[in-house]
Amino acid sequence: MSRPAMARRAEPSVRTLDIEELTVGYHRRRQWSVVISSLSLRIGQGEAYGLVGESGCGKSTVAMAVMRYLPPNARITTGRILFQGQDLLRAKAAHLEELRGNRMAMVYQDPGTALNPSLTVGRQVAEVYRRHRSMGRAEARDAAQAMLATVQIADPLRIMDRYPHELSGGQQQRIMFAMALATDPDLLVLDEPTTGLDATVEAEVLDLVERLRRKFGASILFISHNLGIVSRLCERVGVLYAGHLVEEGPAADLFQAPRHPYTFGLMRCVPRLDMHKRRHRLEPIPGTLPAAGETIAGCVFAPRCAIVRERCRVEAPTLLAAGRERASRCFYHEELARPAAPGAEGAAAAGTVAQAEVLSLQHLTKIYDARGVKLTAVKDASLAVGRGEVVGIVGESGSGKTTLAKCVVGLVGQWAGRIAFDGSELSGRAEQRDAHLRRRLQMVFQNPDNAPNPSHTVKGILSRSVRLLSGRKSTSEIEARVRELAAAVRLAPRHLELRPAALSGGLKQRVALARAFAGAPRLVVCDEPTSALDVSVQAAILNLLVELQETRQVAYVFISHDLGVVRYLADRIAVMYLGQIIEMGPADVTFRPPHHPYTEALLSAVPDFNRAESKGRIRLQGDIPSPSNPPTGCRFHTRCPRMLGSLCRNEEPPWQEDGADHLYRCHIQPAELREAQLAGPPRAGGS
Amino acid sequence: MRRFVLKRLGLALITLFLVSVILFAIAQVMPGDVGRAILGPYASERQVEALDHNLGVDRPLLVRYWNWAGGFVSGRWGKSYLMDEPVLPLVTRRLLNSLILGGFALALIAPFSIAIGVLAALKEGGWFDRSTAVVGLSLIALPEFASGIAVLVIFAVVLGWLPVSSHVPGADPIDWFRQLLLPSIPLMFVLFGYISRMARAGTVEALHAHYTRTAILKGLPRRVVIWSHVLRNSLLPTITVIGVQTGYLVGGLVVTETIFSYPGIGKLVFDSAIGHDLPVLQSAVLLIAILYMLLMLISDIVYTLLNPRIRLSA
Repeated sequence: MSRPAMARRAEPSVRTLDIEELTVGYHRRRQWSVVISSLSLRIGQGEAYGLVGESGCGKSTVAMAVMRYLPPNARITTGRILFQGQDLLRAKAAHLEELRGNRMAMVYQDPGTALNPSLTVGRQVAEVYRRHRSMGRAEARDAAQAMLATVQIADPLRIMDRYPHELSGGQQQRIMFAMALATDPDLLVLDEPTTGLDATVEAEVLDLVERLRRKFGASILFISHNLGIVSRLCERVGVLYAGHLVEEGPAADLFQAPRHPYTFGLMRCVPRLDMHKRRHRLEPIPGTLPAAGETIAGCVFAPRCAIVRERCRVEAPTLLAAGRERASRCFYHEELARPAAPGAEGAAAAGTVAQAEVLSLQHLTKIYDARGVKLTAVKDASLAVGRGEVVGIVGESGSGKTTLAKCVVGLVGQWAGRIAFDGSELSGRAEQRDAHLRRRLQMVFQNPDNAPNPSHTVKGILSRSVRLLSGRKSTSEIEARVRELAAAVRLAPRHLELRPAALSGGLKQRVALARAFAGAPRLVVCDEPTSALDVSVQAAILNLLVELQETRQVAYVFISHDLGVVRYLADRIAVMYLGQIIEMGPADVTFRPPHHPYTEALLSAVPDFNRAESKGRIRLQGDIPSPSNPPTGCRFHTRCPRMLGSLCRNEEPPWQEDGADHLYRCHIQPAELREAQLAGPPRAGGS
Repeated sequence: MRRFVLKRLGLALITLFLVSVILFAIAQVMPGDVGRAILGPYASERQVEALDHNLGVDRPLLVRYWNWAGGFVSGRWGKSYLMDEPVLPLVTRRLLNSLILGGFALALIAPFSIAIGVLAALKEGGWFDRSTAVVGLSLIALPEFASGIAVLVIFAVVLGWLPVSSHVPGADPIDWFRQLLLPSIPLMFVLFGYISRMARAGTVEALHAHYTRTAILKGLPRRVVIWSHVLRNSLLPTITVIGVQTGYLVGGLVVTETIFSYPGIGKLVFDSAIGHDLPVLQSAVLLIAILYMLLMLISDIVYTLLNPRIRLSA
């Protein structure tokens, strides 16, 4: 991949940002806890520096310290933050106001809340010009409009007078970029700028960042938990663990051969597109991040380290040189330099699937009626799930995957079509269904925070589920079953006595899983069960799901926007777009050409730290159309990069068959499509 | 928007119907006989019966409800038993007097309370914030009859600065303060607590919002951040509260008008309840209910107009 800014990387003497020995702590509940420990890093002019780590590592604290916007209970105890040579920590308030939004700007996660809901976006962008360029009202408005065009907002004039809630997430984030880049700043702090956006939107925003880097010379501090994104955008990377910089180096080398066990572990627990449960087992990092305020003698990572020695527990390593421009806070980093063995072999569960169907959808259609506006959330979906089979459903938000799941488990009623489960026909809502059927059909939700009753202990929650779902009556029987379930999902006995609030996200999701397995389910519908979790926790949950599937012959309908996760877990994959299933087939076939142009675009949007970037990327034009007024003909034709012409616009495409039960809905024949897709993207894409 | 207003109007009409039924039912079970109340203890039984018949209070319930409700809608509100004058002009005149008093109190206290609430929020957790919280909550807890009598004794009786009983003020602005200041103090006490707490809560929330962080990190001066980013969002809920509180005002007026013998609708309701003046009582209370509904509707519409998220999605 081309790194245009590399060439511009100037001599290190003119550094944009220089953080020296920064230590930051928080006062929480009368306790002082250090969250950043003597962190030093430098960002050269025009350089992009990626800071990665899991949640709670202190990444955002670094960003906010640089912007001098720490919460009142935070204190910087030591260190300096030099911005172009001047110490920001000593800057006066007026001087900071002059720098912020002018020489240094920030874009963060969740643009929906970052924009003022009661001001038009045009005014919010124009404000920057009025403040820092002393422009008049009309002049600032013109400048803002030009800036919106620069961040590639279609029809800037019209968008100027819109309110934030009228824009899509991608457009909102473009507005944030327009605001941040309005004054051509020297430093741009990006704190998870694409987290929460759809994969295709995320890819668009990242393209935009790359393009803007060429136009504007800003140095970038890029904060993300996503290693793939960082490896794509940044020249240098720092890995943060529990407030310590544990590894640093050029992005390409660092992800090629990590030299700290934490980086190594992080990379090993992300399922890549070429991994599958039958061949690979994910390797989660054992243990959890040290709690705030907890002091660890020796190396901070020692309690979770795979190569820990006696020395690590008593002596804290400093940042040691580990090759050219590289450093690692590990005594034994050389051991990691050996070429990494491929992921451990998974228990090769034979590919025995789908003798009998456990779930079958036929022509399922769900239409929501919102104040007279008909909204077809799911249209004519037919799908079968075999016993013990995992069917993954992927698609952007608004594609209807969650609605489909809700119809199956009976959270919404009044759908048309047939749903057969375990040999019997399912009626509308769950409460109308036979208790016996309900027990065998369970669901796990995305956000484990709102699922369990917060006022009960884990034991209470699970006992209740066991009583309701397994039909066991006696207290001793229930208790035995609860212990068995807890063991199956790796909950320690001490967790059983806690309430959900005291559990981490990963532990809560284990409780949710244990609850779903309290009866003996035949099918568990999982709606994004790991997308709120850190990668190391996600790996543990995915392993657990595989194990439960193998030992209990359970089938899953597994919904996720993360193609790597779906590819890893699913036996078969269905791709949804605007309420329709547009492709389905065995997992390894579906993600290889020929496949639906939409699937191709989704795959192309995945940033991956170990994929050759030789081929260009496919970018979808525009936003997903409204399901209340879907396009004619092929629903995808408005955004399709391989659109043929009026045929796609006017006629609904047929199912094309490509070998063993792989189907896709397109006008292009398999042989033709395979050839085209192997040749590369149809138009000149991102880079 | 039109749909929203029509829907709310429909709901208001249903509510008003229920209020009228309840009101009518309560009036029927009020102790005492109308004729007896009017004619006094020395009138003969026959005279009382004759009067009851004349007034129509001896007819069947449904007929009486129908006559009353139908009359109310078509503007025939009947005659007051006690004051021997048509109810409609009496009630509307008194209502106008009350609106003058309530409006006076609101106009004085609302901007002040909002300012205090916003200042408290800007110094969240500071001494000013804490002391306004204590004062505001204590004033809410203080009943109007207690505060009313206290200010009456201090400023009218002991100090003699202001009149003991208030009249409707003339055109002179000094007379407005002279007549209305004392009776509006108990109302202002309660309003201050509610409005300032709301303004504070809204402002605190807006100050912590991410868009405020965005505004600060854009390098905007604090003054601009607060005026054009924080207040715009924080005062929305406050406006709704003021709307709801104007409804409360009407209830508070009964007490304060009685204490200061101010000729408003509150005093009228009180007098007619004591004197079994049913036509006046029913009409006045129903009118208050209508007013309440209107105020709620208006505050909802204002809120909608100020909030683009609701405005455009409706």
